[in-house]
Amino acid sequence: MQLRYGRKGCPSPGASLTSDDTAHLEGLSAYAQAAELELRQVSKRYPGQREPAIRELSLTVPAGEVCVLVGPSGSGKTTAMRLINRMIALSQGDILLGGRSVLEREPRELRREIGYVIQQIGLFPHQTVAENIATVPQLLGWPKQRTAERVRVLLETIGLDAEEMSGRYPAQLSGGQRQRVGVARALAADPPLMLMDEPFGAIDPINRAKLQDEFIRLQAKVRKTIVFVTHDIDEAIKMGDRIAVIRQGGVLAQYDTPAEILRAPADDFVAEFVGADRGIKRLQLITLDQLQLIDPGDTPARSATAAAPIQVPADTTARDALSLLLSSRAMYLSVVDEQGRVRGLLTVELLHRTLAADGHSRSTGANGAEGPAGETQPDGEASVPSTLSGGS
Amino acid sequence: MLLAAAGPVIPEYGRHSSSCVVHNRLFCWDWVSHNWDSVLWPALRQHVYLALIAVSIGFVISIALALIAHRYRWVERPIVLVTTFLYTIPSLALFELLVAPVGANLYAAEIALVSYTLLILFRNILTGLRDVPGEVLEAAEGMGMTRTQQLLHIELPLALPGIVAGLRIAVVTIIALATIVYTIYDAGLGVPIHTALGEGPFKTELIVAGVLTIGLAILSDGVLVLIQRALTPWARARQGG
Repeated sequence: MQLRYGRKGCPSPGASLTSDDTAHLEGLSAYAQAAELELRQVSKRYPGQREPAIRELSLTVPAGEVCVLVGPSGSGKTTAMRLINRMIALSQGDILLGGRSVLEREPRELRREIGYVIQQIGLFPHQTVAENIATVPQLLGWPKQRTAERVRVLLETIGLDAEEMSGRYPAQLSGGQRQRVGVARALAADPPLMLMDEPFGAIDPINRAKLQDEFIRLQAKVRKTIVFVTHDIDEAIKMGDRIAVIRQGGVLAQYDTPAEILRAPADDFVAEFVGADRGIKRLQLITLDQLQLIDPGDTPARSATAAAPIQVPADTTARDALSLLLSSRAMYLSVVDEQGRVRGLLTVELLHRTLAADGHSRSTGANGAEGPAGETQPDGEASVPSTLSGGS
Repeated sequence: MLLAAAGPVIPEYGRHSSSCVVHNRLFCWDWVSHNWDSVLWPALRQHVYLALIAVSIGFVISIALALIAHRYRWVERPIVLVTTFLYTIPSLALFELLVAPVGANLYAAEIALVSYTLLILFRNILTGLRDVPGEVLEAAEGMGMTRTQQLLHIELPLALPGIVAGLRIAVVTIIALATIVYTIYDAGLGVPIHTALGEGPFKTELIVAGVLTIGLAILSDGVLVLIQRALTPWARARQGG
């Protein structure tokens, strides 16, 4: 089962999946490309409940970026997502897609322009893979032949053999295949926005990592604006261009890039949520070729322990490199490029310095972050926000 | 029909009295062949019509009721109450009860038969509709299907196994029940059965009519199974690929 979301290199021109290909089709969305999504002071209050489910949520997702809504269960992240395609009616505020309020739109038309993937996928069991993928094109009234061609391209893109898989029913697919078909179905009408609610939640860890990687490659190609809901901070860090951490009561705790959230959590809630190992997680986001490596000429004298230094490729993450340093008990690693040439040396101190320097250089940034001091004390005694102790 | 007249019925040995009939063996083929065209085949045909009409009308009413109950949950209870009440009325009593207002005719017979299909069909259709997985409907809604599109393209097709299951029970029940239509209306396989019961020791007619009833029920059930298989190819596609 070799699974690809159309990996490296260009498939045939017909197999590419950019907005340009389909933007000219009739009956398609008004957006030629991925669209910017803006939530403005959005609140949701259910009748009969004292506390709102979502409280004055404001955030902007630039076109083509992945915004991960992450938070504990019951924080309202799925509710927030479903406000966007009007599966749930918002109480206050406004949501703009491509600059246009979703409230002006007919909900069904709006939804046909927004890809929708849920955890249980919800493939139609009585329809074949091809029929499932063709759902939205059919609702939009695409001509048969165009729909069929689109289905074929999408199957190819998600790495399923069109000939073999088109006629299968969902019950005949593996969990991973179903999930891929679910994504293909959501992409079918080339929507400017995709909503994904824990799309990999029901997949076992090994296949989940594989699907995440595939999805990152796919997104690099299709460049959709994506709102991605998960309760898993590691998944959020891996998938997100930006992460919105949401706390109980639908309050936005922090909205920032994964690196920033790990480096400078806005408060105790975020710090606790990202975990005590956030220093390690930051290393995950860095690859060795981004570092100022030590010149091989300056080989530390104490390196006598290792006759031949361990070599690692330059695209290794700093986290894996640290792990290797610790497990091999080597003092340094030799970082090599694709041709096997030594690019430089890596030591634990260098990693340490990198995180510290990274903290200094960015601590002047927006959020009034605490700077590197916060790193050593993730569970410091900053004032507990009232919203943490307040209602369910 | 031929023998439904009043008075004790004496086996018609005279017309085609074979030795089998005269000696009153358990089963006489020659009696069957002599009476097929005049007695058995008409009764069988009538029986099919009785059942077909009853199940068809019952199906139309039940599916309408089930769709209403699917949309508006609160109507389920009253519908179940009424249909259960109808279902529990003893059939002989119901037939007789209907004679006064409707007359001893086909209408009375069909009203009674239809009323017995409602509970079975309503319950099964509604269960079929409700068993459609929530995530499937959520996906359908999230992709912009209208309520009607969801119903026609998703819910009804997925409810098909439940619907056919209900139809199978209803058809078999009605075929059995239609044998007592003879009490108010002179039609169906109940007529030869009744005649045979009045004929004392002669059993051939009873056996043939009984076997035809059972055969009809089994055949109809089989046809419905085949129809379901044809309509739900996805339900058999379980084995992994």
